[in-house]
Amino acid sequence: MKELTLQEELTKGFWHQNPLFVAVLGNCPALAVTTTITNGLAMGAAVIMVMMCSNIIISLIRKQVPKEVRIPCYIVVIAAFVTIVELLMKAYLPPEINESLGIFIPLIVVNCIIMYRAEVFASQYSVLRSAIDGIGMGMGFTVALVIISAIREAAGCGTILGIRISETYQPASIMIMAPGAFLVLGLLLAFFNYRKLSRGEKV
Amino acid sequence: MEIGLGNLFTIIISVVFVNNFVLARFLGLCPFLGVTQKTESAMGMGMAVTFVMTLASAVTWFIYNYLLLPGEHNLFGVLFPTIKETGMIDVLKTISYILVIATLVQLVETVMRKTSPALYEGLGIYLPLITTNCAVLGVALLGTTNAPARLSLLEASVQGFAAGIGFLIAMLLMSGIRERLAVLNVPRSFQGVPIAFISTALMALAFMGFSGMVSW
Repeated sequence: MKELTLQEELTKGFWHQNPLFVAVLGNCPALAVTTTITNGLAMGAAVIMVMMCSNIIISLIRKQVPKEVRIPCYIVVIAAFVTIVELLMKAYLPPEINESLGIFIPLIVVNCIIMYRAEVFASQYSVLRSAIDGIGMGMGFTVALVIISAIREAAGCGTILGIRISETYQPASIMIMAPGAFLVLGLLLAFFNYRKLSRGEKV
Repeated sequence: MEIGLGNLFTIIISVVFVNNFVLARFLGLCPFLGVTQKTESAMGMGMAVTFVMTLASAVTWFIYNYLLLPGEHNLFGVLFPTIKETGMIDVLKTISYILVIATLVQLVETVMRKTSPALYEGLGIYLPLITTNCAVLGVALLGTTNAPARLSLLEASVQGFAAGIGFLIAMLLMSGIRERLAVLNVPRSFQGVPIAFISTALMALAFMGFSGMVSW
């Protein structure tokens, strides 16, 4: 595999290697918190922060950690940063957002994306590259969350970022409940597959 | 809260049907999509998760009540008196719970290999995957820090067991559907994960029929 430039390292997660749409990782928070765009953005910011910090530390300790116990070590590093981010969010974000993200902030610990990047990237590459990879992948996840939450908020509440889009539209509240979440992600994944197929790529 | 059979029954109905972990709370979606191609593997994973969830709920209940909550009975308080007033919920809950779950999974694996090789053969390969299953950490959090009311040890364990059963039911239903889907003529762009998500949406819609049955 050829060496990517730092800029490519940052942007690869946005689209071509998007952790949610291409790798289908981290579904649980992606479906649970995407009822409004604000929630999606808050979750995305938390994931970017955790992923950047944990990638830096894991990259720093990658030569010291024995292979057999690397997973528990990574989990402890990630859990520490999740705790920091959780306390920061409690301190600086409005209580409604903390309320609606609920248990999904501590559950960032077991988000597969973070473990996946730690295992395939941060444990092999330099600190700078790992930090950039963490930020890029986190931003790709955020992009995906914003797309899903924009669709769900527009269809389910009739609003975008809290502003009404049309006076006559009757919101279908099923879209902000559980079935709507599964439906939107399923249709989005099928849409990306369709685009790939029509360009003659493999799914 | 008084512990009665009725109360426990409410918890069971609520966690298995009304607030099913997979279909209403979005927990444990990775194994739900990853290990439901075959009914046998869905069964194995569901059983292993139920087992670990029950144990994890009980153990994290002890940690929460005797190490994290502020108060006279905090065991850290014996060494550091300030902890009796502040408690350590905010700082230590995530790290302690995930370590407990990881240790528990390892322990279960070791014990099972020695005592019942047959069960180990069946569940063995799924056990390591459970550490990073968000449903297990989720049930630990919902039984302690994020519970709607302070739970007793029995209630927390029953909730853990029921959550596992709910997960098992969702896994079995999904694997049944996917075994049928595998032989059907699904449009190419929908094959695999997309159609699985859309089937899940319909299952979630069906499970919404249970809402309002109990309030928990």
